[in-house]
Amino acid sequence: MNSKRLLAAALVSLVLPLAGTGAYAAQPAGTFDQVLPAKNRIDFVFKQMNVPVKGYFKKANVDLVFDPAAPAKTTVRLDLDLGSVDAGSADANSEVVGKPWFDLKTFPTATFVSSSVKPLGGDRYEMTGKLTIKGKTRDVTTPVTVTQNGNTAAFDGGFTLKRLEFAIGDGSWSDTSIVADEVKVSFHVEAERRAAK
Amino acid sequence: MNAPDQYSKPAVIVHWMIAILVLVALSLGYYMTDLSLSPRKLQLISWHKWIGFTVLLLFIPRLIVRLTRPVPAPVDTMPGWQRAVASITHVVLYVLIIAVPLTGWLMSSAKGFPVVYLGLVPLPDLVGKDEALGDLLKSAHEVLTSGLLILVGLHIAAALKHHVIDRDETLVRMVPLLKR
Ligand code: HEM
Repeated sequence: MNSKRLLAAALVSLVLPLAGTGAYAAQPAGTFDQVLPAKNRIDFVFKQMNVPVKGYFKKANVDLVFDPAAPAKTTVRLDLDLGSVDAGSADANSEVVGKPWFDLKTFPTATFVSSSVKPLGGDRYEMTGKLTIKGKTRDVTTPVTVTQNGNTAAFDGGFTLKRLEFAIGDGSWSDTSIVADEVKVSFHVEAERRAAK
Repeated sequence: MNAPDQYSKPAVIVHWMIAILVLVALSLGYYMTDLSLSPRKLQLISWHKWIGFTVLLLFIPRLIVRLTRPVPAPVDTMPGWQRAVASITHVVLYVLIIAVPLTGWLMSSAKGFPVVYLGLVPLPDLVGKDEALGDLLKSAHEVLTSGLLILVGLHIAAALKHHVIDRDETLVRMVPLLKR
């Protein structure tokens, strides 16, 4: 290696980390863990006789700790008030809380607890965790996109679950030619940075 | 233009296709609404929508046939007031055959349920989701349907009266099989 190249390499190795911290300085450091509950949104879409029907939950409690500098340490916990469901129509709302569906009396909440978060590059991550509905726990994996805007970050993602794995829509409703097994779930959560100590 | 003494073959075919589908949609409509929510009910509602939309589709050839093929004149023995009532009934029947399925489709859109024809072809939503509008359109669908039921009843009664009491050619022109 000639000396010119060596010099260039030395310069690059000196400047690159600086550029890195420079970019970093524009985005203040710190952990996001102050969830803004009013911004939480859990939506879902299911197919009924091949007709897409949209629904959502009005009440979702989310606890979240996300440090962009250490994404692997992220923890997320969701407690979903199943009674706050809007399943697309008045008929469906009174039906879906009943025993064959959510069985709300016995299982009022669904929970999700993250077990691992993996960076996929850029602002994209892959989160795996345990989803419990109606007493049944399954592993789910979902992509999450994090959009930072100053001291707030928005977390968006979605995945498909199979309702019958959670016994949602038992008995005569288990006929998937009427109500499909797949339910597309999507979420939007916003959190602010922890107040500086 | 010389009025023929028969309805054209396409006119007869499309008349009976619509007649059968309207009767099925009517019976299915009244039957399914009384059921409590079940997979069966969702299936019947979908079939109801598909049959109703087929009526709407068939209205296009019906209108073309009506406008391009000559229609036989009412039988000579018919008094003027009967001719008037008959032609008013026919016009209102045409209007309801469009208005009833159209309000059904509008209702479905307003209630937030897109229509997927035969479970295969997604139809556009005619209006956005709006609970109050949906309830209004539901009433419209029911009122227009009652009107349709009454007129269909009158239409059938008149056809049978022509055939059985007056013993004229009115029904035979639409049912060539009955030719004596
Ligand atoms: C020839 C066409 C049609 C006829 C004769 C017809 C007739 C009826 C009748 C008799 C009912 C019961 C009304 C009542 O409860 O008093 C009904 C309900 C209904 N129709 Fe139709 N219909 C037609 C087309 C359509 C179409 C095209 C759609 C949708 C795309 C539709 C959607 C509905 C729905 C959703 C209901 C249930 C309303 C409810 O209980 O919430 N109909 N129809």
